[in-house]
Amino acid sequence: MILGQVELVLTETWYLVLAAMIFAIGATGLLIRRNPLVMFMCVELMLNAVNLTFVAFARALDDVGGQAFVFFVLVVAAAEVVVGLALVVAIMRRRQGATADDISLMRG
Amino acid sequence: MRVEMVTFLLAGAICLGGALGVVLFRNPVHNALSLVATLFGVAVLFIAQEAYFLAAIQVIVYAGAIVVLFLFVIMLLGVDRAQKMGMDPIVGQRASAVICGVAILGLSLAALLAGSEAATGTPSVTAPLDPEVADINRLGEVLFTDYVFAFQITAVLLTIAVVGAVVLARKAPAEAIDLDEFPDGTAMDALDEERLDDVADHDAGVGPDDEDSPAPGDAGDESEEVAP
Repeated sequence: MILGQVELVLTETWYLVLAAMIFAIGATGLLIRRNPLVMFMCVELMLNAVNLTFVAFARALDDVGGQAFVFFVLVVAAAEVVVGLALVVAIMRRRQGATADDISLMRG
Repeated sequence: MRVEMVTFLLAGAICLGGALGVVLFRNPVHNALSLVATLFGVAVLFIAQEAYFLAAIQVIVYAGAIVVLFLFVIMLLGVDRAQKMGMDPIVGQRASAVICGVAILGLSLAALLAGSEAATGTPSVTAPLDPEVADINRLGEVLFTDYVFAFQITAVLLTIAVVGAVVLARKAPAEAIDLDEFPDGTAMDALDEERLDDVADHDAGVGPDDEDSPAPGDAGDESEEVAP
């Protein structure tokens, strides 16, 4: 891509900047939103941003360990969603429309 | 314009748009669908970086399973109505959240771009990605050699997660049946007989006896209005 005299080469820094932006958006959403389901989606966004950096570094540094770590992050994310959604279902069954503020106590 | 750059810019735009959609849309269903856009964009970026196997799992596991799970819970709970964005439970929560997000972005960009060199590291000598070998073969090799212990731990983690989900999402158990009350036969048989008797009584216009009917479910409905 030639822009004036500067040729923009797609290095891993581009991927890292994009991942930082997605991570920041996810973190902001986690702080803003109060629906527990949407908060989980924001956590997924942040995990995906981190996965992107892992893959970018795996290619930049020519190391398969980065990709292996993405695999483990995927597993942990799946387990987190399963347990988290079960918690949300259990809470919503007792209190319809509960938000994160309503469930700040560790008792019913 | 080089093809990789165009791919990156398009997929990156989809990712960012989807991420903003997750945060900004008010309806949880729209949030989940925006999340799908971001996940697909990330999958395209994985392919652009030659991580084909991870791109496939990204689509199958994330977009296929996790988002469907989200949608399923949204529909199950009936929370697919818009969140009231007007009220701000903590004064200035939204403003401080945006400040935090901008700070996170600024710090990571500073860390990435401040030096003359971009983020660096030492190229691998122990586990290089071999362009001759497919990445799925390479990944399988390290998963079952270097990372085999972590791999086993993830199996335990998934088992625990499944058990935890079943325990958490289970409904509260029904009222316990006192087995001593049914000496001649199983409790379920006695319960069935009770119910059959109740139905027969009901058909005959006679209400169930309230004193000696331990079967749950027949107490609240009709017993007040039907005269014995």
